[in-house]
Amino acid sequence: MIPATFEYESPRTLGEALILLASREDAKILAGGHSLLPAMKLRLAQPGLLIDLGSIGGLDHIRESGGAISIGAMTTHVAIAGSDLLHRTSPLLALAAAQIGDTQVRNRGTIGGSLAQSHPAADYPAAVLALDAEIVLVSRTGERIVPATRFFTGMFANELRPDEILTEIRVPKTAGEGVSYKKHHHPASGFAVVGVAVRVKVSGGKIENAAVGITGVADIAYRASAVEGALRGKPLSAIADAASYAANAVEPLGDTYASAEYRQHLAAVLTRRALEEAVGKKRS
Amino acid sequence: VAENLYAARDAAEMIEVDYEPLPAVVDMEKALGGAPYVYDEFKSNQAFTHTLKNGDIDAAFKKAARVIKQRMVNQRLAPIAMEPRAVLAEHLPGEKRLTVWSSTQIPHLLKTQVSLMLGLPENAVRVIAPEVGGGFGSKLNVYGEEGIVPWLAMKLGRPVKWSETRRENFMATIHGRDTINDLELALKKDGTILGLRGRILQDCGAYHQLLTPLIPQLTALMHAGCYKIPAIQIDVVGVFTNKMSTDAYRGAGRPEATYNVERMMDLAAHELGMDAAQFRLKNFPQSKEFPYTTITGLTYDSAKYQESLKKALNLSGYQNLRKRQKNGWKNGKYYGVGVSTYVEICAIGPSAATPAGGWESGTVRIEPTGKVTVLTGASPHGQGEETTFAQLIADELGIDPDDVNVVHGDTLAVPYGIGTFGSRATAVGGTAAYMATQKLKAKMATLAAHLLGCKPADITIGRGRLTAKGKKSISFGELVLAAYTARNIPPGFEPGLEATHFFEPSNFTFPFGAHIASVEVDAETGEVKIEKYVAVDDCGNVINPMLVDGQIQGGIAQGMAQAMWEELVYNEDGQLVTGTLMDYAIPKAHFLPDFTLARTVTPSPVNPMGVKGVGEAGTIASTPCMVNAVCDALAPLGVRHIEMPLKPERVWRAIRDAQAQKSPEAGKKRGAASAPPPATKSARRAASGRTR
Repeated sequence: MIPATFEYESPRTLGEALILLASREDAKILAGGHSLLPAMKLRLAQPGLLIDLGSIGGLDHIRESGGAISIGAMTTHVAIAGSDLLHRTSPLLALAAAQIGDTQVRNRGTIGGSLAQSHPAADYPAAVLALDAEIVLVSRTGERIVPATRFFTGMFANELRPDEILTEIRVPKTAGEGVSYKKHHHPASGFAVVGVAVRVKVSGGKIENAAVGITGVADIAYRASAVEGALRGKPLSAIADAASYAANAVEPLGDTYASAEYRQHLAAVLTRRALEEAVGKKRS
Repeated sequence: VAENLYAARDAAEMIEVDYEPLPAVVDMEKALGGAPYVYDEFKSNQAFTHTLKNGDIDAAFKKAARVIKQRMVNQRLAPIAMEPRAVLAEHLPGEKRLTVWSSTQIPHLLKTQVSLMLGLPENAVRVIAPEVGGGFGSKLNVYGEEGIVPWLAMKLGRPVKWSETRRENFMATIHGRDTINDLELALKKDGTILGLRGRILQDCGAYHQLLTPLIPQLTALMHAGCYKIPAIQIDVVGVFTNKMSTDAYRGAGRPEATYNVERMMDLAAHELGMDAAQFRLKNFPQSKEFPYTTITGLTYDSAKYQESLKKALNLSGYQNLRKRQKNGWKNGKYYGVGVSTYVEICAIGPSAATPAGGWESGTVRIEPTGKVTVLTGASPHGQGEETTFAQLIADELGIDPDDVNVVHGDTLAVPYGIGTFGSRATAVGGTAAYMATQKLKAKMATLAAHLLGCKPADITIGRGRLTAKGKKSISFGELVLAAYTARNIPPGFEPGLEATHFFEPSNFTFPFGAHIASVEVDAETGEVKIEKYVAVDDCGNVINPMLVDGQIQGGIAQGMAQAMWEELVYNEDGQLVTGTLMDYAIPKAHFLPDFTLARTVTPSPVNPMGVKGVGEAGTIASTPCMVNAVCDALAPLGVRHIEMPLKPERVWRAIRDAQAQKSPEAGKKRGAASAPPPATKSARRAASGRTR
């Protein structure tokens, strides 16, 4: 549990951080440290330089910006879980944050760090996918905005380029829509064995639109488009059957704790329960 | 060996080891089937066999109206003491002293072993077990590092320290349990037990450690449980595999036995259509039958099993729980009530029945200023005997517990002792200190009688004074000082006030109790919600209720953890795949409900304080209690038994398999489909609880 030798820098501005990042190939960004530091202690990660974003101001905000809510990358899970603004205007992300790991993890871990890590069983990916969030990536040459639905590219893999820093997440307001996050926790790690984030708009007794983000089931978090398609324009009674398609288009993972078959089953059950909760229907 | 941990790790990184994998044997039953052998020279993986047999077992099964059979796996567990093992050694040849600090439960036995391993005279070795951060039996062995680290310190002429990482702790500190059990219970029509027969396979791992073969033998011995069983046969087969050794882990033999016995009692009650509690009440010995000799040859000291279970039933609102359960089943809600009783064997133990002496030492020294130092050969590592013993001795001497300091773990300060394990510290070590105090009290009475002009028998000790029958008295402090200044002492009186006693117990003690759990199972996901947990425990007289409750609480959590979450898994190549705390699930506080704790008090006649022992009790009853509760909840779905840990997937599969068996057609359909049926349909099926 002793890391290899590394250098450490704590820049005061994003500009300095970007220069440092571009200066070395073996540099790594340090946010809350809850993925990187354990990997370093096991020597699975051996960066030569750690660039700590902790001293850069202005990266931990949650505020209204245009029609959306903007969240700084260094915002901790506990701040997101407890944000009044989010609970009022776009609660899904806060619901997911509240179920991450444990108190200690939520106190230190950050949304930017988690998304940049792109762990296939992390909680945020399900939520940002369901929300059609936007992820802001900054490099020395400029800024680009990547939709969440295009951000994740594989297990621990995403759109982030080596010279980029993830600085901000933008989520839409979801007033008038129902949201829910349902999760089966791994009892040891706290990661999502299955996590389902849903956002549903109902009008006139029919589902106008539904978005379903699922994490933990496959090697990458995904939108369950078959479920969404089976709900669009349908009455609430369509939920039960639609939910059964939750893991149809992916190859579910199996491990010591839960087999692929069980993950697939849980995905369907939790999708149904999340949808039912989102549309305000009590479980029978 | 390096100047610091960073350099040592960097150096270790540079070593490249080329391993040639050899065939591994991981599964016990395959291991018994033939090669590969862990030890080629044995041409077998069978480590040992042991049979415990008494009564006419064949006749019992011949005349049985019902025979209940079940196979049960008791999975492999890691003890996970908060503090992993650590050793620090310093050799000062000029002072003829090697000092070894080790995170151990047995400093004195370690001292002897270190001296033998290193060829040093034993009087040149000092072992110190500092404030040890938990053991649960895992620090009851002498490990290789406890020899290597002091050897390096001698070789290098520098202090050397080693501490285990959590991953190393998972891999190379002893494991617990890991048995496969096939049991049969013979019953009369009315539920009277006629006999119990079984075979226990014990996975020993690759090497016998201190108690490896002894644990399953103790398991066999405890198979009478708290029941009248007229005939028994338990065959134990020890099996070598390419895994870490198993050895004593909190409960060590009693949890294994209690799990077997209490699961069988529940299965029997279910099959006979009897209430689980009534079935047990029927088969307990009555309290007037104690001391009660079991079919396994143990003599239980004292117990009131009926009273204990009835108290637990009342506290849990058992009748209401049963009512709610019946109503729930009608509405697709699966509530379960788990009942488990237990008897355990503590105060280990009479020396004749233990491998390295079962006695304990205690020294009580009243310092010239009246403060008291207690030296105990026991080696508490989280149990709180520093407090218990202070209370015990302060009460005897009529002084404040704050004036008593309890010293343990330093072999240079403390007379030779055995250590802390097997719920023995208070019942054996406490008794040693108590007996030493009696010697001191007699001596103080002699001196007080001399000073006050009366007979020693007239002296009473209490409230900081020694008082003669009449009015004359002398303060505790004055008397102590008089013993040390020794200017006015009776002829033949040894100055000073210090006494030592080595206490040899005449029997074990047998604490007991009854636990009840209430759960709700989500039949759709297999998730279990633990709603309520009631524990009625009897550990004889209680010295410190808070410490006793603390032991019970922690024990219940640890035992529940076996039932629900913990499991060491090796793959076919013998690699440990649940070797970190990110994979191996020890319970977090929010996994557990509030426990309702209560007591009955049945003093033990085996020691003067009437205490029994409580360190392992919670671990013993809670495991079968939880499994009984979950299986009870799912009985209407046809579920009979689920192997531990009761992971949601296992519970879900058990429900699905039981349903498939009930309706073969549905089962066939499901088997044919490549994907499971939509959740909603399977949920409806599960929730309907239809029976045919």
